[in-house]
Amino acid sequence: MKTTGFRLTALALIIAALIGTAAQTSAQQKLTLLNVSYDPTRELYQDYNTAFARYWKTKTGQNVTINQSHGGSGAQAHSVIDGLQADVVTLALAYDIDAISQSGQIPANWQSRLPNNSTPYTSTIVFLVRGGNPKHIKDWNDLVKPGISVITPSPKTSGGARWNYLAAWGYALSVNHNDQARAREFVTQLYKNVPVLDSGARGATTTFSKRGIGDVLIAWENEAYLAVKELGKDKLEIVIPSRSILAEPPVSVVDKVANKRGTATVAKAYLEYLYSDEGQEIAARNYYRPRSKAVAAKYSSQFQKLNLFTIQDVFGGWQNAQKTHFADGGIFDQIYGK
Amino acid sequence: MITAPQTTRRKGSVRAGDAPWVKWPLIALALTFMLVVLVLPLASVFVEAFAKGWQVYLDSIRDPDALSAIRLTLTASGIALTMNLLFGLAAAWAISRFSFKGKNLLISLIDLPLAVSPVVAGLIFVLLFGLHGWFGTWLDDHNIQILFAVPGIVLATIFVTFPFVARELIPFMQAQGTEEEEAALVLGASPWRMFFSITLPNIRWSLLYGVILCSARAMGEFGAVSVVSGHIRGETNTLPLHVEILYNEYNFAAAFAVASLLSLVAVVTLAVKKIIEDKTGRRGEKA
Repeated sequence: MKTTGFRLTALALIIAALIGTAAQTSAQQKLTLLNVSYDPTRELYQDYNTAFARYWKTKTGQNVTINQSHGGSGAQAHSVIDGLQADVVTLALAYDIDAISQSGQIPANWQSRLPNNSTPYTSTIVFLVRGGNPKHIKDWNDLVKPGISVITPSPKTSGGARWNYLAAWGYALSVNHNDQARAREFVTQLYKNVPVLDSGARGATTTFSKRGIGDVLIAWENEAYLAVKELGKDKLEIVIPSRSILAEPPVSVVDKVANKRGTATVAKAYLEYLYSDEGQEIAARNYYRPRSKAVAAKYSSQFQKLNLFTIQDVFGGWQNAQKTHFADGGIFDQIYGK
Repeated sequence: MITAPQTTRRKGSVRAGDAPWVKWPLIALALTFMLVVLVLPLASVFVEAFAKGWQVYLDSIRDPDALSAIRLTLTASGIALTMNLLFGLAAAWAISRFSFKGKNLLISLIDLPLAVSPVVAGLIFVLLFGLHGWFGTWLDDHNIQILFAVPGIVLATIFVTFPFVARELIPFMQAQGTEEEEAALVLGASPWRMFFSITLPNIRWSLLYGVILCSARAMGEFGAVSVVSGHIRGETNTLPLHVEILYNEYNFAAAFAVASLLSLVAVVTLAVKKIIEDKTGRRGEKA
């Protein structure tokens, strides 16, 4: 009796497994796009994907489903290089898309294929502090004071963290008459106040907001707004520094994948629609600074004016910044290793 | 001769461990430790899961992405379990019934996945099946997607749960010997008849024990699967990965609701394990 029971259970298990795989394969027969993105864009693309699917349906009559994958920008780029079938990538910095391009999946001129260096929205780096700003943090020079605990993720793995680092460096240069040695001293002091380096921007935000570690979080502007929205204005406050960096998170079609999957047209349209009024509105609603002047004017109260410098002007572009600061043995390794 | 001095010492004084001032603090320490490390975290999962009420709990589990994660987890662990069941039986049979060269090496190899960190296990598959891996170009030319798709997740799950069934069966079958099976063959039973009427009933509790451990581990695996999954929502997210995603989206109640499903698996595993131990009288000792 018991043996029959066992045979039946074993049989049932095998059948269940087979049905499971069969269902999995039959579900893949419709028009889908995979957008491989970085950590803080979850909410943005959740909204945008619905809007684009509606737009595409009215324009072509086709139903399109957009799947999302999120993670640290560098790690995501690596997955795409290793074969993650991304039709489009929307990452934190051009350097990561350059890396995919070097593996042969995207043409080298990718950044000139869409307006504004292929960055449909921008952001900047701001501070998030505890409600009431108990440590009176106003600007970058408050972060290097002794006894201030600063939370920022690791620039080795997180795109956002690299923007944070470069924003601090750029500020230090501007107040020290472009003295690189003084800037390095300033950034060294700053990272002495960092007790823990998370691997991604979202991880650092939860460390600060949910686990209550640190006095100030250096974060993407959109990430800071979102944290305040989720956790309450009485608990967290945004502080805009006097100067910061213009962060340009770029987008690109992954040509090799899109051509193979036959999704090149819809993938291109998906990125182009980010520049439309609706796309720009969605970006602004999710606290990304829109490129469109009209939409920017409409949301001007939301985005405070501050002095923004670009990575091109201060660091000579991503390739240079990466080589000098974040490569193995670069300046970050030297100052954080000490 | 050897026991004599011990008995004389016992008469003179109470053993150190028996004194109440030693016993009670030790018990209290153990209980506190268990409460803090095991019971509290488990309870907190359920408290957080229901923090926003039943409705939110049900909605979080009925969410299409959550359902797809449940489906994927069941599929992957179902296939992994079947494969490891077949392999475990075959390996245990070979090791306990025959002697051959390299037997000890085989036993050590079966344990390999327990020694390898799950993240490394995942990276092994990236090295093999990644676009720039050993088989990457060939797979790409033939349009076969293993990494960042269901097959990769299944492979990673099989790898990390590989030893569980075999490890349970090998010592048990070795201890049991071959007399009953030889008797069956001598009496004219076919090999299949012998297997289903003699071997399987004998090993059924060990087998079930292995199956339970294997499936619990398969459903809970995070590290290896995280490396090979690609994190595509609704496509390649297993339950543990879905918990991480929800948590990172400030969706704490939903994250804990899904986590409570995994905790339930753990509780059920524990209960079944206890029942099997009672049935077979194997408490702690490996048969």
